[in-house]
Amino acid sequence: MFADFDKKELTGLAFLLFLGISTPYLFSGYRIQMAELFLFMVYASTWNIQGGKMGYNTFGNIVFFGVGMYVCASTQIAVAFPLGEWTAAGGYKTFVHTPQQYFLGIPLGILLAGIVPAIIALIIGSALLVLRGHYFAIGTLGLGIASGEFATSLEIIGGGQGMTVPFWPKVAGLPHTFLGGGVNFFFTLSFLLFLAVFFFLRWLYKTRFGLILTAIRDNEDKAESMGIPTMHYKVTGWVFSAFFMGIAGGIFGNINGYIEPTEVAFAGATVGVFMVLMTILGGKGTLWGPIIGAFIFQLFKEFFWTYFLGWQLVALGALIIGIIIFFPEGIMGMLRQKYPALFGEVVDEEARLAQVTINTDD
Amino acid sequence: MILLQAPFLNLQALLDGLMVGAIFAFVAYGMALVWGVMNIINIVQGEFVILGGYITFTFYKMGLSPFIGIPFSFLLLFCLGFLIYRTIIFRVVSRDMFISILATFGISIVVQQLMNIGFGSQVETANSGLGTSFLFDGNITLSHIKIFSFIVCLLGASAVIYFMKTSKLGRAIRATAQNARAARILGVDTEKVYCYTYAINAAICGLAGSLVAMTYTLHPYIGLPYTVRSFMIVIVAGLGNFPAVLASGLGLGTIEEFSAYTLGQEYRIGFVFLMLVLILVYRSRKLAKKREYLK
Repeated sequence: MFADFDKKELTGLAFLLFLGISTPYLFSGYRIQMAELFLFMVYASTWNIQGGKMGYNTFGNIVFFGVGMYVCASTQIAVAFPLGEWTAAGGYKTFVHTPQQYFLGIPLGILLAGIVPAIIALIIGSALLVLRGHYFAIGTLGLGIASGEFATSLEIIGGGQGMTVPFWPKVAGLPHTFLGGGVNFFFTLSFLLFLAVFFFLRWLYKTRFGLILTAIRDNEDKAESMGIPTMHYKVTGWVFSAFFMGIAGGIFGNINGYIEPTEVAFAGATVGVFMVLMTILGGKGTLWGPIIGAFIFQLFKEFFWTYFLGWQLVALGALIIGIIIFFPEGIMGMLRQKYPALFGEVVDEEARLAQVTINTDD
Repeated sequence: MILLQAPFLNLQALLDGLMVGAIFAFVAYGMALVWGVMNIINIVQGEFVILGGYITFTFYKMGLSPFIGIPFSFLLLFCLGFLIYRTIIFRVVSRDMFISILATFGISIVVQQLMNIGFGSQVETANSGLGTSFLFDGNITLSHIKIFSFIVCLLGASAVIYFMKTSKLGRAIRATAQNARAARILGVDTEKVYCYTYAINAAICGLAGSLVAMTYTLHPYIGLPYTVRSFMIVIVAGLGNFPAVLASGLGLGTIEEFSAYTLGQEYRIGFVFLMLVLILVYRSRKLAKKREYLK
């Protein structure tokens, strides 16, 4: 399984495995932040399928995140209680899940949280992916906000008030922290989801499918005229993203404990932009770029939230502008330019110096 | 259907729609200007509108008539546009369009949050003190400030068009929009043109914003819907064609008012964004049909 990994990738993976396994023991005060970090890596990596590999800059992946979050929480509740009564009563204070109900709800909820967004991606994908370039970007931005507004007006999931997620159950005879408690449980789920996404994408990018995605980015019309049904591949790529984003949403809803339409679930101005930013910061179109970007971004974000409280979003907006202006190629792009040998590229120094660049684009 | 039961509601929605549509069209004209000249989709458009509104609102809060705030909104936003261009936008002008979308999105988050910190997050409105007319035995209400803002928008737009047609800078802007490279060869300082284009757009938004403050409501987070409305109007009307921008602005305003009357106010913003998606998809379907014909 690890045969085709080189030294750099193995080091990186070993570091992430170390973080994933040791966090509950060594840094237990930071479990929520670390869970968020792994989820950030998932958001960025799945956004990278569209924005990086395929060249379709979407602001709409947040829709799948939000839908997944609501579907997962609703399923968890609905296996035991009527959903409408739960949201009307304000949640776990009135209704308490037994452990059996709770652990039946979790796998069911997470499975549906993947499948429902994937189906939505299949339906809207075939309509929206005909848009190109910035029309796609703005169209998906509109979609994200429209779904937030729609969720606000749906009474059964709490409307603008939001809803709570079932509480970690109490088992008679066991301490409250059996299985490490809720935080550890969902931290581990986030970590496992990240690993699944990582290995899946690593495999996917090496197949013919990955090559076709790159071909679509470089020249879609040419790819189509070579006989590739590009639409089919674009939609399939979006379905993959939606599946993983939905599951990530389901897990995040449980970590957060409370779901609200515009700030938590369909948070286009925060999570929806974070995933774009992390990918660009790390390097679009590479496997490791989003992971590195997410790591650095989470450090920044925690720093802002700790030291600029109240001004954190101002600082984040400034960070967006800074990254876009000064690092449009990201960290991977910068490394690649400085140390091409690391990426297995050979540069003929003489030929490079002899090259005359003509600036045709005024 | 409520509209069939109360025929006067139709007229009311139509009037409201036309009044609000003029403001949308005015803002959209600014967006078309920046888009056509600099090839940038200015996401911060709506935040400029709301900021202009808050400047006028500040005068109202100080106990003065909000009408005094109108020129200040215009001028201050002009300066702000100038500053933003000189610090940020000039770095992204010639880049990929997605870069400029993200950069202006970043600016819009900063402006939005600063407004939230500076003016608070409650819904505000600056009372103009003008009266309201009741037509048809009180079945139709028409506040005078709406008529005022309608006229100001039309006058403002005509002034901008006149400026574009006659002044030296206006000619330089139009030349740059047609072919930036040729304009530069012929001695147009395109950097200056970009800078003033962006500043004029911001000033247009500021003026529109001061009307929004008096006619409708202000809130730090309602900027993006204005951006999306102007974007929709521009893609329906095309770049640099003011009568079409005005027509689609008024049309959009009317459709929005009718939807708000039939579906309910709470669906208004959602409807705007849904319509954006529908317009985009319809447009690309139409283009795809043309493409098949070429095959």
